[in-house]
Amino acid sequence: MKKILGILILLIVVCTMTALLNNNFLSAYNIENLIRRTSLFGIISIGVAFVIITSGIDLSIGSVICLVGCGLPFLAIEHEWSLWLAIPTILAVSVLVGLVHGSLITKLKLQPFVVTLCGLLVYRGLTRGYTEDQIQGFGNEFTKLRWWANGGISIPGIESFKLPAPCLILIFVAVAAAIFLNKTIYGRYLMALGRNEEAARYSGINTDRMIILAYVICATLSGLGGMLFVMDINSAQPSDFGNFYELYAIAAAVLGGCSLRGGTGTIIGVVIGAALMQVLRNMIILVDWIPTHIEYAIIGGVILAGVSADEIIKRIASKRRAAAEAARAMAGE
Amino acid sequence: MTDSKPLLEARGIVKSFPGVRALRGVSMKLHKSEVLSIIGENGAGKSTLMKVLAGVHKQDEGQLLVDGEEFEIQRFQDAQAKGISLIHQELNLAANLTIGANIFLGREPLKYGLIDDAKIRKDAVKYLEAVGLDASPDMLVGELPIGKQQLVEIAKALSTNARVLIMDEPTSSLSTHETKRLFEVIKDLRSKGVSVIYISHRLGEVKELSDRVTVLRDGENAGDLDVADINHDAMVRLMVGRDVSQFYQRNAHEPGDVALEVKNLRTPANPAHLINFSIRSGEIVGVAGLVGAGRTEMLQSLFGIAPPLEGSIEVKGTSTKISSPIEAISSGIMLAPEDRKQQGVVLEMSVRENMSMASLGRDQKKGFLNRSKENEITEEMTQKMRVKTPGPEQLVQFLSGGNQQKVVLGKWLTMEPDILLLDEPTRGIDIGAKEEIYQLMEELAERGVAILFVSSEMEEILGMSDRTLVMHEGRLTGELQRNELSEEAVMRLATGITN
Repeated sequence: MKKILGILILLIVVCTMTALLNNNFLSAYNIENLIRRTSLFGIISIGVAFVIITSGIDLSIGSVICLVGCGLPFLAIEHEWSLWLAIPTILAVSVLVGLVHGSLITKLKLQPFVVTLCGLLVYRGLTRGYTEDQIQGFGNEFTKLRWWANGGISIPGIESFKLPAPCLILIFVAVAAAIFLNKTIYGRYLMALGRNEEAARYSGINTDRMIILAYVICATLSGLGGMLFVMDINSAQPSDFGNFYELYAIAAAVLGGCSLRGGTGTIIGVVIGAALMQVLRNMIILVDWIPTHIEYAIIGGVILAGVSADEIIKRIASKRRAAAEAARAMAGE
Repeated sequence: MTDSKPLLEARGIVKSFPGVRALRGVSMKLHKSEVLSIIGENGAGKSTLMKVLAGVHKQDEGQLLVDGEEFEIQRFQDAQAKGISLIHQELNLAANLTIGANIFLGREPLKYGLIDDAKIRKDAVKYLEAVGLDASPDMLVGELPIGKQQLVEIAKALSTNARVLIMDEPTSSLSTHETKRLFEVIKDLRSKGVSVIYISHRLGEVKELSDRVTVLRDGENAGDLDVADINHDAMVRLMVGRDVSQFYQRNAHEPGDVALEVKNLRTPANPAHLINFSIRSGEIVGVAGLVGAGRTEMLQSLFGIAPPLEGSIEVKGTSTKISSPIEAISSGIMLAPEDRKQQGVVLEMSVRENMSMASLGRDQKKGFLNRSKENEITEEMTQKMRVKTPGPEQLVQFLSGGNQQKVVLGKWLTMEPDILLLDEPTRGIDIGAKEEIYQLMEELAERGVAILFVSSEMEEILGMSDRTLVMHEGRLTGELQRNELSEEAVMRLATGITN
């Protein structure tokens, strides 16, 4: 709880500020939108959190989203596959992407940055190739399926507000991820190897298999996210669909307490991080006197401030702790 | 000599690190043209004291005096300015740079703002001559054997006008010949007025070289010996605080059946040599040798970290293939590695999480953590090993070295090893914890565990082994039974003299 307190406060502060500066922030429409965006980005952020916990990185998320986001309508509309075939195929491709990343990283000992950077280029290139760079979408079809991304659930008693459907998916993914990370031996293995891969290996943990698993989880959630993104927007341009999404996901994970050094992070923190990213973007649009073109500068600045504050607090804490330990060592004489 | 003003003096030095008090008021004096040896068991505080003298660590309390004047050493540059130079056990040379560039690293002479290579070359030759190293300053340091690299380090120290050379275990990876050469250089420097502080575990060398010996025990002064009083027994008595036979308590017991039999093992680190040996259950076998002799690599091969290229490993008569630690563990072979902080424990995890790390898989409930079992194991092992920790949730990084080692051992004891491999089991551990670890080894042996331990500490090899294997340059050069065991016999084999 202590670990996520800082970012939770930051989220509340940004929300309050924006609400005070623009009445529309608290409108049902805006809140729905925020929750929807947070849910979609939350899913891919949880994915990358697993990889970051192993002290790796995945830069290919945006391109996987493009591969999958264009691939689903491409198969289902252009090639008229049934959804029962198209969706499993898409998910299988995502799993395969993760397997390839993980295997190259653990077996060939390539660096995660390099492997997934190449992935970033390859999947986008492939997508632009098989779609011939044409926009992909569902048109007016598959409205039932698309409900999972753009639909909502009426809540009795609250008028004109519908809880966005992807929120349910996020909750499911987040709960499953949190249980996996905190309650299973595999979660413990990931945490251990993220902090010290060598010691984990010396303890008889199959570190290679766990790392591959992390990349598979990441790519699979990217795939799930990619399908939801295209179902929501209904139009995917292969040249820019999902562009930079990996950076939003990584930023959310880092804000949520995942150190790129590995071994730390909580799922709830990552979800709050994803929410903070969306609220920031929302704030920039809603507040008149903030020029929208500096969006990236503001997001970058806030992330930098967040992680700096976190680091400074950690240092102060460890200094205090060291002093206390030394005092104890003296007293123990 | 002793009545003159000391060149370097330390008074009541206290230094603490989180979890340990490494120095508890240590004093020492060094005179001009003197070789002073500082000895003590692992964890006695030798290295910490040297680092304080050289400005790597700042003492918490106490004074340093240079030429009789109090002197505040904040950084190693301060120490260097006073002519104090530390030569680390792991040499600090850039292998990809030339000898000349290494000698003047960070102090390069400039000409028009560019490095003056001609001057470097000319001056380097001068310092190389002083240490008797016949090599071109343009040679890459990486091309020199380790003994000559050491001489480059000394030349580098001399180039800073060092008056005090602190040498931390300089011979731990040198051959007999290289050691002899180093001693000549040290004696020559002494005759030229340089003082040397010499740290070594090899008491034979200490006796040969020293004008005086200062003994540390558990971060305190245990006594000084003048040149006439320097002998093996006197040194050991001061180091362990009593007669050796009381410190290493070994009971005679009959070893059981062969627990581990290694035949024609070829390790990836030393593929040119085949290793053959066996250990019986209940036997404690020491592995002696110089640093770099391939002892750690042999243990790592047996544990599957660096799987053997060929050869057979039989555990209790069953031929076993070991290609990963997972397989080693399941056949009952477990390793407490040398680099405890990097390989033994996850520092940022708790005592509980570290203790249960190996047994999580065994105790799982369909993939889920078994927290009650975890707590049970942690409590049992914390008590049994007498781990000093405020509680099971304490992060291991805040424990002392000895307690960290107990956590590593506790982790393996829950897995009930048949063969326990210990790599430098007492490095960096205080004397109390050390004794506990020896007792534990003895207890385990009595219960039938076969123990193979690598140690660079001669007293530990002499005191703990039922039998000793000695390695030299990747080869097993010999095997000594308890009645054949002596420092001289071990050193002969360790430096490759087989007859």
